[in-house]
Amino acid sequence: MNLAYRDIKHNLLRFVLTNFGLSLLLGIVVMITGVYGGLIDDALRQARAANADLWVIEAGTNGPFAEASRIAGDTRELVSRVYGVQRAGSVTYQSVQTELNGKPLRMFLIGFESGRPGGPRQLTGGREIMRSHYEMIVDRSAGLTIGQEVPLGTHGHKFTVVGLMRNEVTSSGDPVAYITLRDAQALQFESAPPAARREVARGGALQSNDQINAVIAKVSPYVPVKEVAAALSRWKHLTALTQDQQETLLSKFVIERARKQQGLIMVLLVIVSAVIIALIIYTLTMDKVRSIATLKFVGAPDRTIVGLIVQQALSMGIFGYVTGLALVLIFKPYFPRRLVLDPESVAIVFAITVVICLAASTLGIRLALKVDPAEALASSG
Amino acid sequence: MAETSTQPVVRVERLSKHFGQGSARVDALRDIDMEVFPGQVVGLMGPSGSGKTTLLHCVACILEPSNGRITLDGEVVYDDHWLKADLRRLRLDKIGFIFQYPNLLPFLDGSDNVAIAMHLAGQGAAAARTRAIELLDYLEVGHRKHAMPSQLSGGEAQRVAIARALANKPRIILADEPTAPLDSARARIVMDLLRRIAVDQGAAIIVVTHDEMILDRFDHIFRLRDGRLEEESLSAATPTDVG
Repeated sequence: MNLAYRDIKHNLLRFVLTNFGLSLLLGIVVMITGVYGGLIDDALRQARAANADLWVIEAGTNGPFAEASRIAGDTRELVSRVYGVQRAGSVTYQSVQTELNGKPLRMFLIGFESGRPGGPRQLTGGREIMRSHYEMIVDRSAGLTIGQEVPLGTHGHKFTVVGLMRNEVTSSGDPVAYITLRDAQALQFESAPPAARREVARGGALQSNDQINAVIAKVSPYVPVKEVAAALSRWKHLTALTQDQQETLLSKFVIERARKQQGLIMVLLVIVSAVIIALIIYTLTMDKVRSIATLKFVGAPDRTIVGLIVQQALSMGIFGYVTGLALVLIFKPYFPRRLVLDPESVAIVFAITVVICLAASTLGIRLALKVDPAEALASSG
Repeated sequence: MAETSTQPVVRVERLSKHFGQGSARVDALRDIDMEVFPGQVVGLMGPSGSGKTTLLHCVACILEPSNGRITLDGEVVYDDHWLKADLRRLRLDKIGFIFQYPNLLPFLDGSDNVAIAMHLAGQGAAAARTRAIELLDYLEVGHRKHAMPSQLSGGEAQRVAIARALANKPRIILADEPTAPLDSARARIVMDLLRRIAVDQGAAIIVVTHDEMILDRFDHIFRLRDGRLEEESLSAATPTDVG
């Protein structure tokens, strides 16, 4: 005879309502876990999208994501000639904000050389960039459609969306867009026409825009990547980072503060959940004091009483967790940023929920074990 | 008076219980001697504060006496200290308790409220349920076996509670004001039921009561005043044969 089940069945409406509230709380815990996973995944995606073995950047910098890196546009040719490098491609990275239909649109622009490393990984709609100017491939989260034109830069050029990607966003949630390297260089390094005219009038030379932020290199599988990196770093004006070093920079430093903030929110939510679950279980136990006293009086051992409370606490936690997870999965597409819920983190949150329930039930168990069997004899009916 | 066997089921010797120390000391029980034999229904009477409930709690092994000796069903359970480590198991096996109010578990139906006592004693679910239904039939509430406690009348709920007390065939049944919430007609029915149980099951039944209207239902009456056994009297109960 399962007393916990019978009690839940008897007070089903109360159990369902209590659990619905709890499921919202646990749903937020799951959601924050998803945001946390999304933050890391998005940050690493930028680096992983390039499918690089080596990142060649300006010497003494941690570019191109952690800080600015500017190198000459012909660096790619230099890198290509180094022993072990199979393929290389120049890339630029910049954040842009434009206005479309009266609404601001923020994007993270990547300039790349068509057919070389650094371009988009997989398109979910449209085609690759085929013209040398004013075409773009953009993540679906930007809300743009194929054929739509987006004004970018100080020269008022309009870029036509020709391809779409999915899940290509930055760690701050901005959609990623790819354009040709030439267009990207013009956007990033060319002055606006009035500024350029002023420079000419002052007698200054016209600035070259043949600069890039990094060179992405693919290394032959027969040559150790570190060996190639060491060879490249011998040039005093360049630094070569391996893919692992780049990912470490991104996950440990670039998003460190955001990671800590999210982690803190998660810890606080877990504590709040534990307190609320403990209070719910304590209240439920208080409601059963007379029943517990009667059970003790007729001879129920402590393990029966403890079992009743622990089973109810676990039922609540499991039901609340499953409902919370279901709610998050249902509303995930409408969430303003990408949630990444891998099976491992889902399992970890479930385990934490179980531990919380067990820990929270100790308060109720303490109360139940203190109940004097003689309370069953109290005169109130 | 009922014919009794020679060995008492409940024997209380020199039992004392005091609360507090020094000037705050209250002697709730003083040198109580009492014997109850199988098949007997005895009344424990006295004014409020006389110690009858304290005595019942001591016999029920939920309150530790200060000194004395308690023997239940031939086994000494207290001799200036508890001799049994697991008093709950002792209650489960030897004692049935009928509360002033039925104290049924609100989340179990009538039959499960009876079966729970057998379940706790280790009986299988099917056997416990069968006996529970038999007991409810015996107490003429078998038709209410699926009713939840909130759906039972006061008298029905009290019968279910009596069935629970009988579940593990205890040799001792303790009842604390079992007729208090009932009208006089129903109170007599409950007392007749207890007499029938004492006879049918050979159990010793101790009933704490204030109700003078049911005095004739007792084989023996113990009256307490200020913690002392003041008077032990035979009742005018109809003689009953004990099987």
